[in-house]
Amino acid sequence: MAKGSKLLRAAGLVLLLAATVALLYGGYAFLRDFKGPKLVVVLVAIAWGLGSVALLYAVLNAMAESLPRPARALALPLVFAGPALALLFWFLVFPTLRSLWLSFFDETGTRFVALANYRFAFADRIMLESFRNNLLWMVFGTLLCVGLGLVIAVLADRSRLEKLYKSLVFMPMAISFVGAGVIWKFMYAYKGEGTGIQEIGLLNAAVVALGGKAQAWLLVPFWNNFLLIAIMVWLQTGYAMVILSSSIKGIPAELLEAARIDGADELQIFFRIIIPAIEGSLVTVSTTIVIFSLKLFDIVRVMTGGNYGTNVIANEFYMQQFTYGQSGRASAIAIVLLVAVVPVMAYNLRQFGERRAFK
Amino acid sequence: MRGVASRVRATRRKSLEPRRSGLLVNAVLAAICLAWTLPTLGVLVTSFRDSRDIFNSGWWTVFPHRSWVKVGELKLEPGIDVDGPMTLEGATATFAEWREGVQVSASRKLQWYGNKRTRTLHAQELRWVGFSPKLTLENYEGVLSGGEVSFRDGNGNTITRRGNNFSDAVLNSLAVAVPSTVIPILIAAFAAYAFAWMEFPGRKGLFVIVVALLVVPLQIALIPVLRDFTKLGLNGSYLAMWLAHTGFGLPLAVYILFNYISQLPRDIFESAFLDGATPFSMFRLLVIPLSIPALASFAIFQFLWVWNDYLVALIFLGDKNRVVTSALAAMVGEKGQDWHFLTSGAFLSMILPLAVFFALQRYFVRGLMAGSVKG
Repeated sequence: MAKGSKLLRAAGLVLLLAATVALLYGGYAFLRDFKGPKLVVVLVAIAWGLGSVALLYAVLNAMAESLPRPARALALPLVFAGPALALLFWFLVFPTLRSLWLSFFDETGTRFVALANYRFAFADRIMLESFRNNLLWMVFGTLLCVGLGLVIAVLADRSRLEKLYKSLVFMPMAISFVGAGVIWKFMYAYKGEGTGIQEIGLLNAAVVALGGKAQAWLLVPFWNNFLLIAIMVWLQTGYAMVILSSSIKGIPAELLEAARIDGADELQIFFRIIIPAIEGSLVTVSTTIVIFSLKLFDIVRVMTGGNYGTNVIANEFYMQQFTYGQSGRASAIAIVLLVAVVPVMAYNLRQFGERRAFK
Repeated sequence: MRGVASRVRATRRKSLEPRRSGLLVNAVLAAICLAWTLPTLGVLVTSFRDSRDIFNSGWWTVFPHRSWVKVGELKLEPGIDVDGPMTLEGATATFAEWREGVQVSASRKLQWYGNKRTRTLHAQELRWVGFSPKLTLENYEGVLSGGEVSFRDGNGNTITRRGNNFSDAVLNSLAVAVPSTVIPILIAAFAAYAFAWMEFPGRKGLFVIVVALLVVPLQIALIPVLRDFTKLGLNGSYLAMWLAHTGFGLPLAVYILFNYISQLPRDIFESAFLDGATPFSMFRLLVIPLSIPALASFAIFQFLWVWNDYLVALIFLGDKNRVVTSALAAMVGEKGQDWHFLTSGAFLSMILPLAVFFALQRYFVRGLMAGSVKG
């Protein structure tokens, strides 16, 4: 009797699984072939996407729960953690190994070229220019973001309008790099030479008002890098400010009072107390922004396409793969990017080990 | 982690010191905030201006300002030789100088109109100009449409262009961003629960991999994943974007949610277990409701990231199903000087993330802190 009901349940589960698969595939086929209004497609797609994932978990869980006890203890973690791990391996772990493999081959992916792609990555003129520019981004971008963020955080802490100021500086965080690119292209706009021309870009209008000559700023070699870095500073200072501000607020009031009673002035308090107290956050914020500048792509892509001496590593990666079809070289560049973040990865792992999150 | 947070909150003060250093601090902050806001304000104002005005004057001219306004016309007397110096209203200048405009008194300027044969000058006076009333929604109509759009350039010529179909781009962005936000959270929450409260072989080693993957640049994965998608015929589909954003977003999602879920009190799981709850029902009825703050933080973080992403969309969608960022980037390439389209497109791409950002800023800040590499 019990055996019969078990069999029946197993059959039910198999049927349920079949129905789920049919439903998922049906949705996929519908979306692929449907030629109706876009809005319908979008709504169906969202419902199908979210519904499928929820349904898959429910069905897989029901199957795991119906297993006998010892098997269940293994099957349940597999259902819970399995999908995440499968995706992590598919999208990050294996691709890393495959990119490493590809980086030793030529553009067809069949002829072994040993280290030729790495020779390109470290010796080609355009790559050297990119390395120099990424260095500019990492040094000046990070210094400006963290420095300005810190100044604003400390100053805003003393103002009644703290919230307003912080919101305004933080706001660009919600804007895409492409959007920021348009915003700043408009700032740097140049109308050309001629009589009666009024500059419509704020930078050139300001330069003209101060008696200077309007220019196509983005075409000025070397210095145009700093105009692009300004965009990142505009976008990321808010991030530095928010993190530093919250850690400044964590400094105990007694510490500051004691220093004031002992006769420390505000500058001494800033350098001797505030800076050491928030050192951890400063390191965190700087590391995040350095990694960010290393991988930077969108701003350069939209503003100059990497021309006029503004190329960066991530843009050269894109150009090698998608403009020149050199996947071996592109993979080598990606590996170089990966190697550059290894120290941070090691630091994270050490921190994680020390936290003893796992017993 | 929560212990630290509550300790910080206990000693948190309103400010570093009594708010006494008012004026200078506020002046510096106001200047910084002005510099931070002007670029966005310029784009917002420009997006509502008539295309012809955009080409002829800076966006700041919509605000009250003093400028030269044409007040009348002057015909040159027949006897005057246009090739020599000409004296008008007491000022003497050559044709070239008159064409540039000559100030004849503190608030009056004469400027030659057109070529030598017109023999006409425009008289201009420096006057206060109020708020420009000529604001329009035409730019938005043009950029949203996918058909033919015409507008007038700086000289008044009518120009016809293909619209960039931003209405489709916005829909595509929604279809990409909503599932790409919810799916990774769901998958990561299941995994975080397993890592925190289940026993299975390789648990620690696998989590170390998650931590290691936190800072991996996604460039490393793009070429191999693109090859997989090409084989599966997924390029250009929403599904490809969901999978990619889920895969790339998972390390951070699992890490943040694990930090939160592993700190939930053990007793609630034990008593639920004694009441006969299965892991699945505990997850659904306890873990999810209790983790709402962490889920919301990550959701906002991921939504802004996905909505604003350009690289992943560029590679896996290409020109099919363009999202707002790729549509905008394409427009920069095709119509670099059509500022009326560019500014309204840029603003359309910003509305939703800005709304989400201002409405849920607190959660966003929390997500940022949890997501900082050090954790």
